[in-house]
Amino acid sequence: MRITRARVVSQVFFMGLFLFFAFVTQFGYLKGYPVSLFLEADPLVAIATAMTTHTLYRGLLWSLVVLLPTLLLGRVFCNWICPYGILHQFTGWLFNRRNPAEQIDSNRYRRLFSLKYYLLIGTLMMAAFGSLQIGLLDPISLLYRSFTVAVLPGIDMPTEWIYVRPHVHRLAWVVGLLLVFLIGMNLVIPRFFCRALCPLGATLGILSRFSLFRIERSIDACIDCDLCLQRCEGASDPHTNLRKSECFVCFNCIDDCPHDALSFAFAAPVEHQVTWPDVDRRKAVLAGLVGLFTFSFSRRSGDLDKNFQKEVIRPPGSVAETAFLERCIKCDQCLRVCPTNVLQPAWFESGIEGVWTPVMNMRMGYCELNCTLCGQVCPTGAIQKISIEQKLGIAGFEDLGAVKTGTAFYDRGRCLPWAMDTACVVCEEVCPTSPKAIYSRQVEVTTRYGEQLRLRQPYVDPEVCIGCGICEHECPVRDHRAIRVTAVGETRSVDRTLLLSLVEGDGENNARLAGNPEIAERHTGA
Amino acid sequence: MTEPDDSIPRRRALRQLAAAGAAIGAAGLGAWRLFDARKGDRYFREIRHSDARILPSFAVNRGTDPVTMAIARGTDPTALVRGAFGELGGLDRFISKGDVVLIKPNVAFDRPAALGATTHPDVLKAVAAAVRDAGAARILIADNPINQPEGCFFKSGITAAAGQVGADLVLPRPSAFAPVRIDGEVLSTWPMFYEPFAQADKVIGIAPLKDHNLCSASMTMKNWYGMLGGRRNQFHQRIHGIVADFPHMVKPTLAILDATRILMRNGPTGGSLGDVKRGDTLVVGTDMLAVDAFGYGLLDRGPDGPEYLHRAAARSLGSTKWKEANWREIAV
Repeated sequence: MRITRARVVSQVFFMGLFLFFAFVTQFGYLKGYPVSLFLEADPLVAIATAMTTHTLYRGLLWSLVVLLPTLLLGRVFCNWICPYGILHQFTGWLFNRRNPAEQIDSNRYRRLFSLKYYLLIGTLMMAAFGSLQIGLLDPISLLYRSFTVAVLPGIDMPTEWIYVRPHVHRLAWVVGLLLVFLIGMNLVIPRFFCRALCPLGATLGILSRFSLFRIERSIDACIDCDLCLQRCEGASDPHTNLRKSECFVCFNCIDDCPHDALSFAFAAPVEHQVTWPDVDRRKAVLAGLVGLFTFSFSRRSGDLDKNFQKEVIRPPGSVAETAFLERCIKCDQCLRVCPTNVLQPAWFESGIEGVWTPVMNMRMGYCELNCTLCGQVCPTGAIQKISIEQKLGIAGFEDLGAVKTGTAFYDRGRCLPWAMDTACVVCEEVCPTSPKAIYSRQVEVTTRYGEQLRLRQPYVDPEVCIGCGICEHECPVRDHRAIRVTAVGETRSVDRTLLLSLVEGDGENNARLAGNPEIAERHTGA
Repeated sequence: MTEPDDSIPRRRALRQLAAAGAAIGAAGLGAWRLFDARKGDRYFREIRHSDARILPSFAVNRGTDPVTMAIARGTDPTALVRGAFGELGGLDRFISKGDVVLIKPNVAFDRPAALGATTHPDVLKAVAAAVRDAGAARILIADNPINQPEGCFFKSGITAAAGQVGADLVLPRPSAFAPVRIDGEVLSTWPMFYEPFAQADKVIGIAPLKDHNLCSASMTMKNWYGMLGGRRNQFHQRIHGIVADFPHMVKPTLAILDATRILMRNGPTGGSLGDVKRGDTLVVGTDMLAVDAFGYGLLDRGPDGPEYLHRAAARSLGSTKWKEANWREIAV
């Protein structure tokens, strides 16, 4: 078997694995599959989160599985494993209408391809200060995000294969058309994304300078026909001194060489290679400065602190906002696994740094009480892996209390029993806590026509409310709901808490709320 | 001297004329077919009535003065179910060989069964097994929960129960819904989770006995709320009228009230074991009003039933005076 054939087998396998994981990342199919494995094995995610948090979260150790072969063989990941690279190669192949001469020209190296290194430098500079932006272009995050937000809901629309209740995502058209654009660019420049934009490719390109194997050209056998360029995926100049950092190790050149002048050689002479990426030092410094200024400008926009938006309601188990931006890679796995569709990709409501991060939108869904799936699939710990007991503040977590994601507030001018003499209290019905955070008081009203009417008017108990938003979701006032959850009162950050009783209660109050007087007593010291 | 002949050949001229004529004809025909003469009187509103279905009655005729309600008391779900069915004269008087039977539990919430917010899987399993023994060819289990459907079925234990008895879960996917003509006092036509009804020969509802924040109790009548779709959150504006429409909307073969556990407060969601009390009772009947009138007594709320019961009784959709009917009680 030719090695290129083996490569195709590998690509089919890993694409299949990606699609399988993308499909099973939902409530009904989760049976302990390591659905975030591709993200955990992504060295860029590991390196960048290590820079922001100075730790390596859980499964990110898997990135060594990609890192080590790169140090030995070069960027094999790009053309053997990466599902996004596979997608680009496949569509490039499918839509290729070039003649051989045009193909050879389309695969020559261009200065443009050094762009990815500057993008990497800029985003890593931001990471060094605690802002994780690598996920915007990281191919694994980008592909998962595209599938979750746009592709899978699109497939489900005519087929109903994916969801029981269809999921929709705001800005799905932006995410979806961006995917179409990047794939479409293969018709202009083959592997445009991989060659010019991919920050993971740039990372592996830098690391592959150490690789012991590379494509080597025998100058004696070579007749300079350039046929090796015809299907060169990386545009890595195999026809002359190989650009080590650009080679995807696809082996097409070896296949295509009519004179067997090319080989995958061990410790080939360094004078026949371009070891370092084509990066200009001054431009690199400029890229770093752009990253630095982007960071300082965005942190002085107030989105994280003084002017934080009430819509930035993070899923339960999320760490505080600054720590969240250190960890979230915008892969949107949490959106994928969320059973109710409440999780939505943010636009600019959490600032420029928060684009595509998950926020809860109670019009789209609500947070299911007995569910912590988002934290189970989060590869970086932006949403911590918590248990149901931790979330609800029961069975050993009474002193900490329930995790609150926000607080519900009534808009009495829009509420049917408050403003329109009409019975309702759907909010109270669906409120999942016990006792219910929403309670109602019966009142006798005289309508404008002199009729006597008994109504129940609802109230929120902010101590009990966990901000799950099912009240808002089920509110019949469809556009601007009569009860709305805002981020205030969320337990992840001291800055955004609401009630002193829940902050300074030493757990006593929480224990009382959890209905456990024994623990409450322990905290009062009785 | 002749003029230069630049005229087109006759044959080509005829062809072009024919093609032009066909194109003009096609355009005219298309415009005529698509022309919409309606004025915007009712047309500009969404109308649901056009393709509404009618739900048939699933009730079974059992001759004169049959037993209409059986109360079984005890702790073992299988014994309760078998005992109650036996008092009604045996399930084979309701289920025929080869029937497709739809069982509608209340799985509205994403809760473990012990919290009493959903039909207990052991009761469902016992009913399904009895239905199978009576000769049913296929058993469907369907509900359109308030919470996310897969989570509700899974965590309430209904998914596992369905698997154990070989019943098919029907999930409320959008294509399973169709407008159904109800012609009730409040509901005229409403989207319903229709697909399982369309397949079923017989329908059995199994409702847990629960407190309800707005209409006081959720029992066998209220259970049918779970087969409707659309803007259900408007129902609460006229909840008693809506629930009183349900015995008119659905005529089930049997209605079962699962009072093995009773959600006494914080309903209909519950959420704490402290809200649940043991009831050790199962009621099976053909008249939902009778079953619910009896069940309401188990909630210890005095003799006056919820308003919807009185409304339904006033419309002769059944009788709340269960003691006057032919009923049996059995201890198992």
